[in-house]
Amino acid sequence: MTDITQAFVTALQLLVTLDDNLVEIVSLSMQVSLSAVAVSVLIGLPLGAALALFKFPGRDAIVVFLNALMGLPPVVVGLVVYLFLSRSGPLGVLGLLFTPTAMIIAQAILVTPIVAALTRQVVADLWVEYSEQLRSLGASPAGAIPALLYDARFTLVTAVLAGFGRASAEVGAVMIVGGNIDHVTRTMTTAIALEVSKGDLALALGLGIVLISLSLAINAATYTVKVRAEAAWA
Amino acid sequence: MFKLKTFTAATLMALVLALGVTPGANAADKYITVASTTSTANSGLFDFLLPKFTAKTGIEVRVVAVGTGKAIKLAMNGDADVLFVHHKPSELKFVKEGFGVKRTDVMYNDFVMVGPKSDPAGVKGTKTAADGLKKIAAAKSPFASRGDNSGTNKKELELWKGAGIDPTGAGNKWYSATGSGMGATLNVASGMNAYSLTDRATWLKFKNKGDLEIVLEGDPVLFNQYGIILVNPEKHKHVKKDLGQAFIDWTIGKEGQALINEYKILGNQAFFANAQPGS
Amino acid sequence: MSIAMPAPVADLAPRTKRADILPLSVENVCFDAGGQRLIRDISFTLEAGPRTFILGPNGAGKSLLQRLCHGLLTPSAGRVRWQGPGGHAPGREQAMVFQRPVLLRRTVAQNIDYALKLHGVARADRAPIIDDVLSRTGLARFAKSPARHLSGGEQQKLALARAWATKPQVLFLDEPTASLDPAAMHAIESIIDTMHNEGTQIVMTTHDLNQARRIADVVLFLYKGRLLEKTPADAFFNSPESGEAAAFLKGELRW
Repeated sequence: MTDITQAFVTALQLLVTLDDNLVEIVSLSMQVSLSAVAVSVLIGLPLGAALALFKFPGRDAIVVFLNALMGLPPVVVGLVVYLFLSRSGPLGVLGLLFTPTAMIIAQAILVTPIVAALTRQVVADLWVEYSEQLRSLGASPAGAIPALLYDARFTLVTAVLAGFGRASAEVGAVMIVGGNIDHVTRTMTTAIALEVSKGDLALALGLGIVLISLSLAINAATYTVKVRAEAAWA
Repeated sequence: MFKLKTFTAATLMALVLALGVTPGANAADKYITVASTTSTANSGLFDFLLPKFTAKTGIEVRVVAVGTGKAIKLAMNGDADVLFVHHKPSELKFVKEGFGVKRTDVMYNDFVMVGPKSDPAGVKGTKTAADGLKKIAAAKSPFASRGDNSGTNKKELELWKGAGIDPTGAGNKWYSATGSGMGATLNVASGMNAYSLTDRATWLKFKNKGDLEIVLEGDPVLFNQYGIILVNPEKHKHVKKDLGQAFIDWTIGKEGQALINEYKILGNQAFFANAQPGS
Repeated sequence: MSIAMPAPVADLAPRTKRADILPLSVENVCFDAGGQRLIRDISFTLEAGPRTFILGPNGAGKSLLQRLCHGLLTPSAGRVRWQGPGGHAPGREQAMVFQRPVLLRRTVAQNIDYALKLHGVARADRAPIIDDVLSRTGLARFAKSPARHLSGGEQQKLALARAWATKPQVLFLDEPTASLDPAAMHAIESIIDTMHNEGTQIVMTTHDLNQARRIADVVLFLYKGRLLEKTPADAFFNSPESGEAAAFLKGELRW
């Protein structure tokens, strides 16, 4: 029990004193995960919408595959990205291994299927409601995508949050492609893993509490905004 | 009144600032990548040693700390400039196969065997590691092994071999291979009240000892030698050979060696510098 | 409360002369779905001018016929032929209002703005059109309100306003007042009347025979996917040509 109490005390100390190391680690975690989510949104929203609106041979297979990708194990993604970015790999010349960019790439691979699959579902449902009216107004399915995405903005925020949660919580991918290098690629989750491996369970748990608090704060803020906006727009 | 537009704009601006303010790690150009092991990193030696090297030369040292097997693989793939591990046979093989330029001794420490204070196998007082292991096997006392192809793991398996025992057979339920780093394995040992083999530095710094303590030490066979190797630039053109060599020269030179001896954990010297002069 | 009939106003945003898409020629059109032939060999011509009502019992194919003409569905056989180069796709020259208004999650004004954008109206020209059409439908005070906050009647007025803004040559209405109370229904009919007076061809379906009697100039009577009659309204209601129509008017037609 003392470990857990110690953990809360540690978490509080870290937060109140705004420990330098902590700020650096949190900053990097946010930078990596938010960038990964941004990339995933840029790819996933149009991809999901396109899958919802266009029929083509093999579409159903792609949809099933996309849904399955939501369950990709992060450590496997990390391994595959490592093999690509390694100096001995096809993209080695880019010199991206052990940099935050590599971490963003790996996390984007994890998050994009979530955003795309959820977007697809939302847009498909919306199209059932809107298709006749929008086509009557002269919109082609492709042309209607921005309008549909904007209309679905509240539900899509939930999808994006789900993606962000996945990114900020995972450790397997960023550990392998980032290398957990001090001051360079050490994030909240890899720092926690490190402290566990040193046996400093109280500190590890303390960092964990900080991470969860951050996640809570972000979700709470987004939820408030969403609920108020949704009420305004029904 | 709560204005959605203003709030969203403010949040986006905050995000942009946050993303911009964190110094991009990709930006630094004077750095080397060193593949080393978790035990070396977790001992705190690098936190002590490397800033002094950077202050002197302006070269940042980025350490990727993984198991010895993984560190060697990274170096073979050219994903590191310098290899700094502690398993001489593997290191010599690395150089022989053309992946490294030359292997040099840097420092040594020792391995210790830890176990529950109650010592059910009666290891305490045993002089040699081989005898200690025989007692553990005879008593079928729980033993936690790393099982991860690391330097420590290879050493441990050599010791079992020296005692004439193969603990990895399926029938040996008392032997647990965790497939993890030293810290994780010690966590398991602590939780199971098991025996284990660890390097002294990691043990000194480990904070979850539970009921465990050192039960056997001092056998010369527990000697743990560290070596440093420059990754062969002929195999991987991009290797930072000048910066890497500068790091190696400093580590085996007077200044690095003195600092290695100076590093203490809880008042105890953790590593003993032993680079040969003129190497 | 009665809505005063707004006087027709000249185009605020004069457009280039558009090709006339009427008369519409529907030639032997059939439509199959789910293994069934739902529209059987329908042919007629839609002239500019008379308010045209499509009547018939449930399942007769009224809504399907409208959608086929409007271009939302493609005939399984036969042709829907509009005049002019536009072919048979909906868009610039036609509009449709459905039984339940489908509005985007935006403000009232933005909904109209979106329709104008799709019609290629330049951004600078849109505001006056939106203001005009909102005031003429009595929705001006809701311009910045979320569209979905409006009552059912007001939403349908908005759907009409949206159609009106794009100045269609033909306006299809699929039971537009079926879910509205009498006051809202009158308001909608008033707007439809004004649009008719300004030159938009009205094609409407309804289950409300009194409404049809009030408004229709020409009746297309459908039964089980076939066009049984195309008759001037007076004649249809007083002495329909087909037995089915007569039974229908008495409320005795089984479908």
